[in-house]
Amino acid sequence: MIDERAIIEVERLSKVFGLLPALQNLDFTVARGEFVLLLGANGSGKSTLLRLLSGLSKPTAGAIRIGGWEMPREAMAIRPHIGLVAHRPLLYENLTARENLSFFGKLYGIEANECDARSQALLQQVGLSRRADSLARAFSRGMKQRLSIARALLHQPDILLLDEPYSGLDQAAAEALDGALATARREARTIILSTHQLQRLPQNAQRALILSRGKVAYDGVARAGEMTAIYQAASA
Amino acid sequence: MKTSYVAAVLAIAGKDLRVELRSRELLSLMLIFALLSILVFSFALELDRVAREEAVSGVLWVTLIFASLLGLNRSLAQEYDQGNLDALLLAPLSRTAIFIGKFAGNALFTGLVALLLLPLMTALYGKNMLDPRLVLTTLVGIAGFCALGTLMATLTVKTRAREALLPVAMMPLALPFLLTAVRATKGILTNATEWQAWFQLLAGVALIYLVLCLLLFRFVVEE
Repeated sequence: MIDERAIIEVERLSKVFGLLPALQNLDFTVARGEFVLLLGANGSGKSTLLRLLSGLSKPTAGAIRIGGWEMPREAMAIRPHIGLVAHRPLLYENLTARENLSFFGKLYGIEANECDARSQALLQQVGLSRRADSLARAFSRGMKQRLSIARALLHQPDILLLDEPYSGLDQAAAEALDGALATARREARTIILSTHQLQRLPQNAQRALILSRGKVAYDGVARAGEMTAIYQAASA
Repeated sequence: MKTSYVAAVLAIAGKDLRVELRSRELLSLMLIFALLSILVFSFALELDRVAREEAVSGVLWVTLIFASLLGLNRSLAQEYDQGNLDALLLAPLSRTAIFIGKFAGNALFTGLVALLLLPLMTALYGKNMLDPRLVLTTLVGIAGFCALGTLMATLTVKTRAREALLPVAMMPLALPFLLTAVRATKGILTNATEWQAWFQLLAGVALIYLVLCLLLFRFVVEE
């Protein structure tokens, strides 16, 4: 486990695609075990920021330190500590739910028996234990998203990054996601969850970071019931 | 948690094999294309026995290269379309392990097509295509071509016209394989001693391409 208090440190972070600045001079830190909501309209830079934090993309300027390691120079040391739930499910359609988890377990160097036990527990947690041997291609969008959450938690990451995890989910899948997030909170994992759906915000987030046109427009307490007003004021 | 290099390579290649055994999308497509190609060539050259014997090495390599291109496209599309390439890149693995794993799967499928094609061509073209030297030449050529193909397919898979772009981008770079492989194959079929020189050249080109692709893969997959 990484044990520094500020587990994520972002300094003057910028990302430019061609001539288009996606993120400009971001500065923030995230404490260990904190649950941060990343809010912003489409195109505000949420996904870009999560890709940078997960090491899938390199910054144009600025620095990212995770647990004291510098991204992307020391990405190899950071990768085992990060779990990502992305827009796309990151699953193999022609593998079963169990085979998908077993494959990713091998990539993370999890011993086979341990991986089986974790897979069983995670499939139970996301409500897919009865469909463990069904091919992922037979799953609905919500079921794929739940399996994707199980995949992201399989290697027990310290940091969980979720990019629009509620989009396309039905009520049951959204509740399964809430359950998985509550468990991750109890296990003291750091969570950054991006969304633009203000009507479906997780209740137990401590902090909100609102991005507008690639800049931080609000960084403060996530006050349940007031987020819509805060968001509108910050995005104006 | 530490992922061993070999375990990662085996996991990626094994996953490709498992997916293929279940879907049979890739191999069946490559095989049907390869069979149709050699049949068409066989009928087209039927009336001219000498021309047919002269052309057999070219027919083998053109067929294998285009069958391989079909497989390469689909193999990488399967990683890209569902975002699985990102999932591989998120894991604590060396980028070269991802490359070797994908390359091994692609080379295995093309190798299987070649091993089914050689006896069939022996029957259709009246030449001994099962000579161990020819089998070795074929496998070495496939290894080099698939190394280049894995890199180029990773590069083109993100584009909209990937099916058309891969052959266009790859064929100029694949010419050294085509030339040396066809010459070595022709030398073996005609019992000419120069086949060894062409085979050595082919093996050298394959090795250089493999090392270069291994080194360049990181720059192709990372943003």
